[in-house]
Amino acid sequence: MKKMVKKHPLAMRWFHWINFPILMVMTWSGLLIYWANDVYKLGWNDKTILKFFPQTFYDAFHLNYKLAQGMAFHFVFMWLFFINGFLYVLYTIISGEWRELVPNRHSFKEAWFVVLHDLHLRKLAPPQKKYNAAQKIAYTGIVIMGMGSIITGLAIYKPVQFWWLCELTGGYAFARILHFALTIGYSLFFVVHIVQVILAGWNNFRSVVTGFEVVKDDNEKISA
Amino acid sequence: MKKFIKNIFVNNSKLSVDELISKKTFISFFFFFLFIAIGIGAWKWLWNQPLDNNMSGAIQKPLRAVLNFNEKIFDKTLSPNHLAKAYPTAEAARRVRVNGNVGMGNDFDAAAWKLQVIKNNGDTLFFTLDDIKRLPKTEIIFNFKCIEGWNQITWWGGARFSDFVKYYHLENESNMKYVGLSTPDEQYYVGIDMPSAIHPQTLLCYEMNRQPLPMNQGYPLRLIIPVKYGIKSIKRIGTIFFSDERPRDYWFERGYDYYSGL
Repeated sequence: MKKMVKKHPLAMRWFHWINFPILMVMTWSGLLIYWANDVYKLGWNDKTILKFFPQTFYDAFHLNYKLAQGMAFHFVFMWLFFINGFLYVLYTIISGEWRELVPNRHSFKEAWFVVLHDLHLRKLAPPQKKYNAAQKIAYTGIVIMGMGSIITGLAIYKPVQFWWLCELTGGYAFARILHFALTIGYSLFFVVHIVQVILAGWNNFRSVVTGFEVVKDDNEKISA
Repeated sequence: MKKFIKNIFVNNSKLSVDELISKKTFISFFFFFLFIAIGIGAWKWLWNQPLDNNMSGAIQKPLRAVLNFNEKIFDKTLSPNHLAKAYPTAEAARRVRVNGNVGMGNDFDAAAWKLQVIKNNGDTLFFTLDDIKRLPKTEIIFNFKCIEGWNQITWWGGARFSDFVKYYHLENESNMKYVGLSTPDEQYYVGIDMPSAIHPQTLLCYEMNRQPLPMNQGYPLRLIIPVKYGIKSIKRIGTIFFSDERPRDYWFERGYDYYSGL
């Protein structure tokens, strides 16, 4: 016998789906800004493994010569990013959802088992509630990264007025690197997230839109 | 599809589990796609809003409105006590980056240069470089920040703008909201809010690395304003005036934030 089980509250679904396009706009406008001084690379001395970014990348996405436009969009949508993120954190605290999200002292060991399980190197996944340990770490980590983006962003936005924030984040130039690296982090998160959502299947994806998951009465999930 | 729509109006208790799943899925995704459509619509609306001027690089008016709103929020944090960090002399760059040459035309006659200050009553005052050097000299080594995203620790010397205003009795003028500065050829021009202009680190600058300013750094007199991006540190000041309205600003006209405060 099938059963519908509530999984994601409406508020969580709103926060999630509102955040996605906002983060897209922030990333796009951030690239327009970064283009004007695109000095970062992976490598050492004269050796470059990966340049951020190759000219073909800018050309493909039409990112050239749009610094003013990038700054304008960035400093408008930063408010939406901040407000949505702030309300999300507030909601998880007030609703008690944080208990499902914040890792505990077992999580890091368990997360390793989850990774091994996902890579088919281990038969059994550790028992879990709403989220497994790897998800807890990822979903809490991404919120901390979001806070990091706001803090480093503010540090490079107003480095004189918030000089203490600028010092705290390693100085103006380093704060800019952190701000950039966090965005690379989001992009990697995004890729893994999409792969995992595809692997988890329709029932899981549907729950982030509808809020419910379909389970068998004996509590085993149906992968429909 | 027909069944989904029909079932929307059927009481949940009369539906089987499968029918209920289909119904709720249908309704949720209907609103999900509606939400996406509204999002795309809102983006298109914003994108197609009229631009704030007719120059290339102009931005949509709602964006400009928010940038102006940001100014109202963040100019509260501007304080004469919040100083750009000072660095030791040894850290100052020997080769100072040159960025931008608008207003630095070759036809400049250095010998004939005088700083013009237009007073509120319409009088124009003329100052020589010695008139500026007569004021107490202030030296500053700070991290110069370009709006493009690079920064460089550099050494500058000159007179505080606030000292200049005080010494030459421009109090009436400095009670206004803005100061406007432009190059002698009027090709480059900036507008600066008065609290930033009279900030203790804002200099009428005539030295770089203890030497007179090089031509390409705005000889004989430029502005150094550490509480703003470099676009506001106008090179080769020709004229200064005061206003309660925003003076025109070269990069503002090209889509940048007017305030551009740091």
